Amino acid sequence: MLRLLLGAPFAAKLLACEGAPPPQPPEGALLGPDHRLGHRLREPPPREAWRDAPTRRVPVAIVGGGPAGLSAGWRLLRRGERDFRLFELEPALGGTSRSGESALTRYPWGAHYLPVPPTSNVDLRGLLVEMGAFHRSEPAERLLVREPESRVFYRGFWYPGLYPWAGASEEDLAQLARFEARVAAQVEAFQIPSARSARDPAHLALDRLSAAQWLDEGGFTSPRLRWLARYACRDDYGLELEETSAWAFVFYWAARAARPEQALEGSEVLTWPEGNGAIVEHLAGVIGDRVETGRAVVHVHETPEGVQLLLLRADGETRERVVADHAILAVPRFVAARLAPELGLELDGYEVGAWAVANLHLRGRPPGRGAPPAWDNVLYDSPALGYVTATHQRGRDFGPTVWTWYLPFTDADAEAGRRRLFEAEHADLADAVLADLRRPHPELDEHVERVDVWRWGHAMVQPRVGFLRDGARFEDGRPRGHVHLAHSDLSGLALFEEAFFHGVRAADEVWDIRRGAVFQIGEGAADEAGEEATGGAAEATEPAAEPATEDATEASGATTGAEEPA
Amino acid sequence: MAGDTADDTADETAHDAADEPVQGSPSPGADAASREREAPRAAPSSSEGPGSGSPEGPDAPRLTRASRTLLFLTVLIIATSGLVYELLAGTVASYVLGDSVTQFSTTIGTYLFAMGIGSFLSRFVKRGVARRFLEVELAAALVGGLSAPLLFVGFAQAEAFAVLLYGTIVVIGTLVGLEIPLLMRILKEELAFEELVARVLTVDYIGALLGSVLFAIVFVPTLGITRTSLLFGMLNALVALLGTTALAPLLTRGDVLRVRVLAALLLVLLGGTFAQADRLTSWTEQSLYDEPIVFAEQSAYQRLVVTRGGPVTSLFLDGNLQFSSVDEHRYHEALVHPAMAAAPRRARVLVLGGGDGLALRELFRWPEVEHVTLVDLDPAVTRVARRLFADLNAHSLEDPRVELVHDDAMVWLDERQRAAPASGDALPYDVAIVDFPDPNNFSLGKLYTRRFYRLLRTALADDATVAIQSTSPLFARRSYWCITETVREAGYAVRPYHATVPSFGEWGYVLASPRPFDAPSALPPPLPAAELRYLSDALLPTLFVFPPDMGPLEVETNHLNDQALVRYYDAEERQWAN
Ligand SMILES: Cc1cc2nc3c(=O)[nH]c(=O)nc-3n(C[C@H](O)[C@H](O)[C@H](O)COP(=O)(O)OP(=O)(O)OC[C@H]3O[C@@H](n4cnc5c(N)ncnc54)[C@H](O)[C@@H]3O)c2cc1C
Repeated sequence: MLRLLLGAPFAAKLLACEGAPPPQPPEGALLGPDHRLGHRLREPPPREAWRDAPTRRVPVAIVGGGPAGLSAGWRLLRRGERDFRLFELEPALGGTSRSGESALTRYPWGAHYLPVPPTSNVDLRGLLVEMGAFHRSEPAERLLVREPESRVFYRGFWYPGLYPWAGASEEDLAQLARFEARVAAQVEAFQIPSARSARDPAHLALDRLSAAQWLDEGGFTSPRLRWLARYACRDDYGLELEETSAWAFVFYWAARAARPEQALEGSEVLTWPEGNGAIVEHLAGVIGDRVETGRAVVHVHETPEGVQLLLLRADGETRERVVADHAILAVPRFVAARLAPELGLELDGYEVGAWAVANLHLRGRPPGRGAPPAWDNVLYDSPALGYVTATHQRGRDFGPTVWTWYLPFTDADAEAGRRRLFEAEHADLADAVLADLRRPHPELDEHVERVDVWRWGHAMVQPRVGFLRDGARFEDGRPRGHVHLAHSDLSGLALFEEAFFHGVRAADEVWDIRRGAVFQIGEGAADEAGEEATGGAAEATEPAAEPATEDATEASGATTGAEEPA
Repeated sequence: MAGDTADDTADETAHDAADEPVQGSPSPGADAASREREAPRAAPSSSEGPGSGSPEGPDAPRLTRASRTLLFLTVLIIATSGLVYELLAGTVASYVLGDSVTQFSTTIGTYLFAMGIGSFLSRFVKRGVARRFLEVELAAALVGGLSAPLLFVGFAQAEAFAVLLYGTIVVIGTLVGLEIPLLMRILKEELAFEELVARVLTVDYIGALLGSVLFAIVFVPTLGITRTSLLFGMLNALVALLGTTALAPLLTRGDVLRVRVLAALLLVLLGGTFAQADRLTSWTEQSLYDEPIVFAEQSAYQRLVVTRGGPVTSLFLDGNLQFSSVDEHRYHEALVHPAMAAAPRRARVLVLGGGDGLALRELFRWPEVEHVTLVDLDPAVTRVARRLFADLNAHSLEDPRVELVHDDAMVWLDERQRAAPASGDALPYDVAIVDFPDPNNFSLGKLYTRRFYRLLRTALADDATVAIQSTSPLFARRSYWCITETVREAGYAVRPYHATVPSFGEWGYVLASPRPFDAPSALPPPLPAAELRYLSDALLPTLFVFPPDMGPLEVETNHLNDQALVRYYDAEERQWAN
């Protein structure tokens, strides 16, 4: 099984250097999205089953409570549209940015960081100011990843940073510098959100190459550089260099650097103990009781009365019909295609990779050799991506902690990776985690209290070679009648910024149409709504009242979970 | 092996002599008893044969001259180790319980008394004196050898410590008290009484002298307490081993075998512990310190080492000097009193770091202090301070006004701040004393960041004063000004100052307050200024004057995400190391 999960060469290496197998598999749970409802989606009851179901009317229905759907709801509120409902399949919000909590700390189950958005990303900065993550135009010190940010375990020792500098040759360093210069030259052309990137044929041509080919053509042969490049693709996209589109590869480096000098390490990064779950919580707090969880939307269909949504509750029996003026589908593309066959959504070249995420609850910190523990701890010689430490940011450097370990299934055929993942039981996955981390931390086992594992069958959309479809992809988000699409899948890049961008865009589309309608109905209502709209927009860009200190901001940030800020 | 022949012969000899009448023996009885009683027949002169110490036949002398020499060597070792055990117990007791005069006099008193018990008990040893002697030797090896490690382990169990200490002393004293009388009885058949007493006592006193001199000069400085104890345990076991040869004529083969096996086992046990002692304090570690290590512990957070040389006690955390009792009063007076003098109120004080209790001692000179919260990461530091530094910190950690918290100061402040709006009962502090180790790693560096000082602000009254230990403005000038500027950037008014603390060098502090304030120009009356040994009204204003070579520099400030300070400090430390 270890071989199946970590690949034969790694498994062999692990088993070879492992003295005796651990006495017992550690305690822990095997978690994942709720499958019962997921199944209903694939084989929904016939539409006639809803004939007698009660019907509700809502102006706007949002389907999906991940970052995209929540951002759409947040944006609607900020613009003044208070009348909407959000339907989420799972019992909890957040999608792949969900998080967990123990008595000690919160920890991520998926997304764990957000690069500091550039000044051009006004909307996202507005959200961050509102949640206290920015103080004026400066990111909150408590949220910028604390030094030491990362370390890499290379040949028996931890080294600071991500690039294994130890023993790098002149040639290695020369190639690194050349690579940096190549990327730096692209910082202007590649922007987050990706929709703002240059779309000229020269740049789009990159999408016909793989990252490996791009490196070959550039003469980048240094094993360390190739490792770093491979790590980047696996970490952000769950893909190998050979599969990754060179466009997405250059985007990875160039778009996250606000300035050319940052080409290698990227701009600074914001993080919370629970990862991006903190943003989810803030958004959810703002939206409040407009959210309905445990509701699978199984069918979406445009009728003369409006968009009709057929809902099934978590019990699998209770059916409802919702008729909305507008529906925002903030669900993965393959789900949207199934829910709304009429839209004829293109699924060609659309692939989603599988991931396993483990949270290791530790009684104490197992020692390691070399550089001190960092936030992100990467193993050079591993198919997994290492672990992040949940308590790092708060400054708890000793004693119990939680480590979040990530393993992407980077098979050339995404479906094969998913099969491998679902063949694994808890014990297999826990074994793989421990075997991997025992190398840098031989005393790991005595510190492990439990290992919980989450199987993400559909974790991240994959930007494979050709994923831009000669630029057609940039049009995927266009509205279709009264149905609006919002999900990071539309960009082909599983990033919070992309989810947020599409959520905000979809909300703006809905708002613009509705405001047009309001203008036709009556002046008074328009004034009121218009005022709120400008108020909301101003607030998003520049907060009216600036808190005196970062901590005051934090304090308000901590409580906004409950209500909207005044 | 010579020993083997000796054994065989001894056994034979014993057998042959079994039925001969023996001086002062009521009945030949058991083997062992009869064998001993033959000793008188071993005329000193009859072992003149060259080289060999083994008797040649049934009529050969019972104890050869070589054996006797060996026995006197034994007396020497016994005397040395006896004294060493006594000194060890006294030393551990004074380290752990403090107040060395009392501890030394009570341990020595108890020890001498126990030796008396031993001597008294020796009269009840009627038969098998040689065997008993070797058994006592083995017991002394076990208990004496393990005494120091045992006491250091027992140190953790505060209540039981005195019982353990005096129990060990009584047992060792009794065993040592048994040794000499038994040995004298073994030798009394060999020598004239005057000569016996003279020789044994001479060797005994020489041994005592050796023990006391070597203990302080050689053993403790090079081996440390634990290893010294184990080494002497091993010597005692060796004495027992040698004894089986020297006293061979007086032992059965079974005795010899049993004692040898036990001695070998003890040697393995003590030797193994000796090797393990590296995990407590390594050889190499001792060589890092000028003075003997009297206590070392790897806590969950750091390595604590306490050294003591003469009256001077020093605490090291991860190899860095935290204080030396020679001049810590300078450091702590300068740390505490300027902030207290400048504070409009002094009722509630927050101490971050400073688990040694020395800053507390200074705080309690101010009668207005009603409550002190002391937050120190490491319970081991406060535990050691309660035991080893109780004299130095004037038992300040036991003061009922102290609320002790073991947590990372940053996490504690963060959690307090999160809970504060909800609970509403967290009163602000009037004064804060921030006393962390130097920022030589990221984990410590975070306690000097802008974020940290902003968090600290949430715990303070608006007009509170803060004193922060800030490394040396002379040796780590960039680091010092980096801290000063970071505090300023976090929203405080700052008044940098410094003091001379010879064991550290020129030392720097930052006095700060959320409100603009004046540096104190005098020590106000509630402070009994006459008690101070360093600060005075005349000196105080001069601390705020910086000579040009320690003056401000252009520096970056210290933030969590870059930790400029750790880089500065690292570079400056290296520069001074070269
Ligand atoms: C292991 C892992 C690590 C990651 N790390 C990062 C990171 O560090 N930084 C980063 O920016 N991104 C990261 N990502 C990507 C991150 O998950 C995305 O940024 C973000 O969560 C995408 O949001 P979304 O709203 O587009 O989609 P999703 O998160 O997929 O949300 C879709 C939601 O729709 C719901 N839904 C689906 N079908 C239905 C239905 N029929 N009816 C109702 N509801 C439905 C789902 O339950 C889900 O809640 C990571 C992803 C994974 C898997």
